[in-house]
Amino acid sequence: MNEPFPHLRDQVYDGTGVKLGMWLFLFSEIMFFGMLFLLYAVYRTRHDAAFHAAALNMDTAIGTLNTAVLLTSSLFMALSVHAIRDGRKRLTEIFLSITIVLGISFLVIKSFEWLAHFQHGLYPGSPVLLRLGKGEIMFFGLYYVMTGLHGIHVFIGVAVLSVMLVLIHTGKIDKTRFAALENAGLYWHLVDIIWIFLFPLFYLIK
Amino acid sequence: MENNTNDTGGMGYLDKTANGRGILAWILSTDHKRIGLLYAIVMFSFFAVAVSIGFTMRLALIEPGHKILSAQTYDALFTIHGVIMIFIFIIPSIPAFLGNFFLPILIGAKDVAFPRLNLLSWYVFVIGAVLAMVSLFTGGGPIDTGWTFYVPYSIQTGTNVTLAAFSVFLIGFSSMLTGINFITTIHRYRAPGMKWFRMPLFAWSLYATGWVQILATPVIAITLLLIIAGRVFGIYLFDPASGGDPLLYQHLFWMYSHPAVYIMILPAMGVVTEIIPTFSKKPIFGYTAIAMSSLAIAFFGSLVWGHHMFTSGMSQTAKWLFSLLTFIVAVPSGVKVFNWVASLYGGSIELEPPLLFTFAFIFLFSIGGFTGLMQGALAVDVQVHDTYFVVGHLHYVMFGGTAFALFAGIHYWFPKMFGKMYNKNVAKLALLVMFIGFNTLYFPMFVLGWEGMPRRSYDYLPQFHTGQLISIIGSWILVPGLIIMFANLIYALFKGPKAPANPWGGVTLEWKIPSPPPRENFREIPVITERPYIFNTGAGNE
Repeated sequence: MNEPFPHLRDQVYDGTGVKLGMWLFLFSEIMFFGMLFLLYAVYRTRHDAAFHAAALNMDTAIGTLNTAVLLTSSLFMALSVHAIRDGRKRLTEIFLSITIVLGISFLVIKSFEWLAHFQHGLYPGSPVLLRLGKGEIMFFGLYYVMTGLHGIHVFIGVAVLSVMLVLIHTGKIDKTRFAALENAGLYWHLVDIIWIFLFPLFYLIK
Repeated sequence: MENNTNDTGGMGYLDKTANGRGILAWILSTDHKRIGLLYAIVMFSFFAVAVSIGFTMRLALIEPGHKILSAQTYDALFTIHGVIMIFIFIIPSIPAFLGNFFLPILIGAKDVAFPRLNLLSWYVFVIGAVLAMVSLFTGGGPIDTGWTFYVPYSIQTGTNVTLAAFSVFLIGFSSMLTGINFITTIHRYRAPGMKWFRMPLFAWSLYATGWVQILATPVIAITLLLIIAGRVFGIYLFDPASGGDPLLYQHLFWMYSHPAVYIMILPAMGVVTEIIPTFSKKPIFGYTAIAMSSLAIAFFGSLVWGHHMFTSGMSQTAKWLFSLLTFIVAVPSGVKVFNWVASLYGGSIELEPPLLFTFAFIFLFSIGGFTGLMQGALAVDVQVHDTYFVVGHLHYVMFGGTAFALFAGIHYWFPKMFGKMYNKNVAKLALLVMFIGFNTLYFPMFVLGWEGMPRRSYDYLPQFHTGQLISIIGSWILVPGLIIMFANLIYALFKGPKAPANPWGGVTLEWKIPSPPPRENFREIPVITERPYIFNTGAGNE
């Protein structure tokens, strides 16, 4: 395996194809989360009042802070793609590192938020939750599934961006071939966009 | 265009000295041809297991009242049979095996767009398949939910649903990655001059399939994850006791699993569309109509999932809408069948094994399709829902349709893949035996179902005995047919005579390169100047 697909060596580097593949993957991600939003829509229609009541347990300040953190990380992600295009390796690395740090911050804040919920006894199957109505149970069920899967996506994103950082450092990604970094950026923005929908649906419906 | 047809000296991509020896040269290869064969090996191994299970289940029903298998065992067997056949055999069958092998060749490319991702897809598939087997012997033992994993039972049962659902999740992920790979390949790697409407129709069908794989598979992924969330974390979003709705599970499940039917059948239609022009020596009739009907089937097929739920509880409006859409899907399917038959009209037909398999496909798939329409009609569906009628229908479509097209494709491309020719008479005999066995096995199921025999039952009332007995006799004919067919192919693999580069007189790109194809497919990327399937009648037919 010292020569991966040698027969392709004469094919030129196809950045467009690489990005097309990523877009197709993002479509599948949209369907993946889309089904959860569908469930949310149905259950919120059925338990409208209970969803409002349950949302009172959410800390809007922390939610807003996390939204700001993730949006800022997306900005630095876009800046790092811009920097690699100009061939400014050092700057790309700095921007990308900031993105990663902000991504980790998001996860840390999110886990403190979850811990606070747990301390209030609001975890799946908890006695406190079971005393509440069906709508509240659904709200928290959806909350944990949706923010949990979103959190896993942020985690994967941080891992991918860290690999990108290494690839940039070793010169595998440079201003001639940076579709991989652009793809990582596309993925990061998607994760960001999903959060932008999650935030109002769980925090701002009081 | 250069013509390499006389160049049949080498072993091509199978050559050990050029491509490395041992198993590592296979399981680490990023060559789309080798990956296609890797899929075939795994798929057919599991196929053999699932056939044995189906055969056993059938035999266990030999007499009413004699409960040879316990209810629990029977439930586990039909679940495993379904999971293996649907997720490990039929869904990957044509795209991952024949598609992987021939898509790049048909469009004049050296490989798929992402060769390493292609290999990764295979590994994800194998891990999923192995985990599905592990789930049988760990946790609570073999799952007994049916391949549909319906809630609430799938949450309540003590059997190992968690691991089985996760394995299906992985297999789905692999299927989706294959879809991404194929669509990118078709968009970016067509040979110069190969415009969209100069692509062979197998490529078109894989293109339509790819979109379904990308857009539908994530739906089952999240649905299965929600089952796992329910079992592991107690977050159960479909439980009425906590405000959920089990019907939503069914909606999500079929939102994937109905389009999945088209993941299974569209590539099959593509394969027979390749075969028919070659053996009637005539361009395909209605090229554009066939290409567009693939897309139409993929589109409308994604909007009909509700017809699996007519008896589950839906508004009357939803019912007739889903029924109407179901009938609309029949239109592009009919367009294909008519075009195939019209392509044969006036051709100089050669009754070689691949074409005979294709005829069997058209016959069996038409029966499967028409019985599907019967169930698409609301009143009839209430009568036959959850009966043997459905079992008969799905076997006619999946086995008679997809699997027979797969066999047709294997017999068509076998000399190209391996540079060897099988015994044609034995192949024809195998087909005859299989065809008789198939109809004897599955046709009585329509009658049994119409009379009210419920599916998934380990015992039955005495009035169904005759039908069950005929069906069992059919399974004893079908299985030997399968054995003859595979034995013939495996024998040819080792001892078969050398096949020429173009034994059938085909004109698509794969027939213009040596058999077996060289590692890089084309020494020189061909330039395409016309539509496919143009035969210079009279010349070039030996």
